[in-house]
Amino acid sequence: MSDQQTATAPRASDDRHAQPDRLDRTALAKRVAADISNGAYVNLGIGAPTLVADHLPPSSEVILHTENGMLGMDPAPAEGEVDPDLINAGKQPVTELPGAAYFHHADSFAMMRGGHLDLCILGAFQVSESGDLANWSTGAPDAIPAVGGAMDLAIGAKDVYVMTDLLTKTGESKLVASCTYPLTGVGCVTRVYTDRAVFDVVGGRFRVRELFGSTTLDELRELTGLELEMFDGA
Amino acid sequence: MIDKTVPDVASAVAGIADGATVMVGGFGRAGQPVELIDALIDVGARELTIVSNNAGGGDVGLARLIAEGRVRKVVCSFPRQSDSWHFDTAYREARLELELVPQGNLAERIRAAGAGIGAFYSPTAVGTPLAEGREQRVIDGRTYLLEYPIHADVALISGLAADRLGNVVYRRTARNFGPIMATAARTTVVQVDEIVEVGALDPEAVVTPGIFVNRVVAVGERPWLRDSEFVGGVDLAGAPLAGAGASAGGAS
Repeated sequence: MSDQQTATAPRASDDRHAQPDRLDRTALAKRVAADISNGAYVNLGIGAPTLVADHLPPSSEVILHTENGMLGMDPAPAEGEVDPDLINAGKQPVTELPGAAYFHHADSFAMMRGGHLDLCILGAFQVSESGDLANWSTGAPDAIPAVGGAMDLAIGAKDVYVMTDLLTKTGESKLVASCTYPLTGVGCVTRVYTDRAVFDVVGGRFRVRELFGSTTLDELRELTGLELEMFDGA
Repeated sequence: MIDKTVPDVASAVAGIADGATVMVGGFGRAGQPVELIDALIDVGARELTIVSNNAGGGDVGLARLIAEGRVRKVVCSFPRQSDSWHFDTAYREARLELELVPQGNLAERIRAAGAGIGAFYSPTAVGTPLAEGREQRVIDGRTYLLEYPIHADVALISGLAADRLGNVVYRRTARNFGPIMATAARTTVVQVDEIVEVGALDPEAVVTPGIFVNRVVAVGERPWLRDSEFVGGVDLAGAPLAGAGASAGGAS
């Protein structure tokens, strides 16, 4: 295995501030952005996934969808130019690109449910080996429940990528055999980008596509407690 | 002659009774019909069921309606936000009931009501806690949940401009739930910056045709526009930035 790791795992960027065994948020956003195809219609979830917008290659035309009713979204305006009528799903101010379009909520979610959206990138509390996603509730009894568009996004896009740290702040793996938090969607996640590695969900197992920094497959096995193998390209 | 215009917001919300189901447009503050909600608070109706994406933020609009104790139930997708303290308090004190609906199902249930659809099957939320106790059906190998339409007595909506026939245009992402809510209520009330002459709206650009609208009221131009041009100078809630007061014009 170690040969294969060496062959398939690009080492971390030369960023002096990065820890040697992982990518920082910005580097990870850059890494995700590099995998988005030219011409794709993409929804970026609230939180870390929104960083991906800043790293889309200028040579490619990617159309960003925001579920509150817009295609062709561009990053935040300068102060003084904030338009309260022009916000994204995280209720942050955005701007419009030439060729943008506005539509009402039923059309916006038809774009997901109807299979028109190519990709959505979401955050996660947990992802299971079968691609189940938990990202809307920790199930804490005193929490006020709020789901927004998470469940619609999870089952709507052709591909669902998750972008997250591999471990929680308390060191537990977010990749799990089966989710213990309430589910957002069943069998919907196709790929997971973490700070340590990229995983594909294949046939009920995670397959490691790429290792970051000095991270090894054995370390990932230890951190996740899962039977991990490298992706064999099949 | 058809004339759906009313002279003020009080006339626009007149007749909303205790126990009414009221759809309130908006996604966060964008498109929230704050002036109509303020008028509804003045009407005094209680025990309301509110259908809206959020449950209000800060101390204005929907948040104030909840703070005033007028709401019995909220049907929404995302009640919790950083400034939703009035909802949070009412919910924790069990002063109101929450029906949590995924955003796309909320939109489609409203659309279905307006389109005369008796029910529909949606793949959203299958296998999640929100599917518990719900009727499921497998169609072509995929599992769906049965969803019923949401009708309302009244819809309160915010648009940019309308004519006396009730044709409405919106502005940017403030459109959000307006067009579908307009179709799903027995009485649809629209506040707009400006009422224009019949014929002034490009028929190709009308988003909500007047057939769906019952009352239209002008509330003055939003502060970040002047003579229909964007001038900015406000924060996300529409409040003037410090030192930018000069650029805020004609709000009611």
